[in-house]
Amino acid sequence: MKKNIKFILLGILFGIILIKAEVTSWFRIQEMFRFQSFHMYGIICTAIVVGIISVWLIKKYRIKSVAGEEINIAPKIFHKGNIFGAIIFGLGWAMTGACPGPMYALIGSGYGVFIVILLSAVFGTYIYGLLKDKLSH
Amino acid sequence: MSILTQPWPWYVSGILIGLMVPALLIIGNKSFGVSSTLRHICAACTPTKLTFFKYDWKQESWNLMFVFGVAIGGLIAGYFWQNPEPVQLTESAVESMNQMGVKNYSGLIPTDIFNFKALLTLKGFILMVVGGFFVGFGTRWAGGCTSGHAIMGLSNLQWPSLVATCCFFAGGLLMTWLILPYIMNL
Repeated sequence: MKKNIKFILLGILFGIILIKAEVTSWFRIQEMFRFQSFHMYGIICTAIVVGIISVWLIKKYRIKSVAGEEINIAPKIFHKGNIFGAIIFGLGWAMTGACPGPMYALIGSGYGVFIVILLSAVFGTYIYGLLKDKLSH
Repeated sequence: MSILTQPWPWYVSGILIGLMVPALLIIGNKSFGVSSTLRHICAACTPTKLTFFKYDWKQESWNLMFVFGVAIGGLIAGYFWQNPEPVQLTESAVESMNQMGVKNYSGLIPTDIFNFKALLTLKGFILMVVGGFFVGFGTRWAGGCTSGHAIMGLSNLQWPSLVATCCFFAGGLLMTWLILPYIMNL
């Protein structure tokens, strides 16, 4: 339990950030896909730049984790799902206005119907597992 | 109190979201990513012979703890520190959404469209149930979602994540511009 607490705390922080950033808002997602506001683009681009600099610094100075481990990041290996799966994800993102992180945050905020959307996403993942060998990768 | 209820400007939000990447790496040697929790839930809950769900999900349970925290964070920021003002959208965005029949702009999401009752309508079913399915199916096939690919993958300069991020957007644009107006009119 002790080792889990730090992840719960960091999750709480992330949940607060997601809500205060309004990236969990269906309205904001629509505004983004319609190119009507800079808000979402500003957030995504800033986050990526901060992430790139952080990972670069961690690698350059061989910063270790608090447990003293060498930090390793699994590479992403290309397959066709990066195209087809990602397009399907994008369709769902514009419909529900939520990717997985915001779904959890919205449920916590009291938008109860997002439990149904989350369960549907779990079901989608299950069907992927069922069809995995038939889909091209 | 208004400092707690106000939304944050994009640069504050962007920096903080970006800092999630080193925070997770340093405190736990974990790569930021949310959508694998959907797979863990499948592995934990479904009695299955599928090899895709046969693994020790408890070993990976850190991100289940993380999303549990995200829900609590949602409760704190979205419920206790709820912004009393509507989202400050651009006029053109409101106009486009008005045209699609959105009426309630008071919260973070249009609750006139996203509610339990609407699940029984064709429009609501497609938006919520089919939409959720696409998110879950698509993210697993893509090997990550906006956090795993667009934030973590791009932070680590992984070109497959760039392909995935572009395709997330392509799918979103396709839905928003060509398909969504029809669904919203159902």
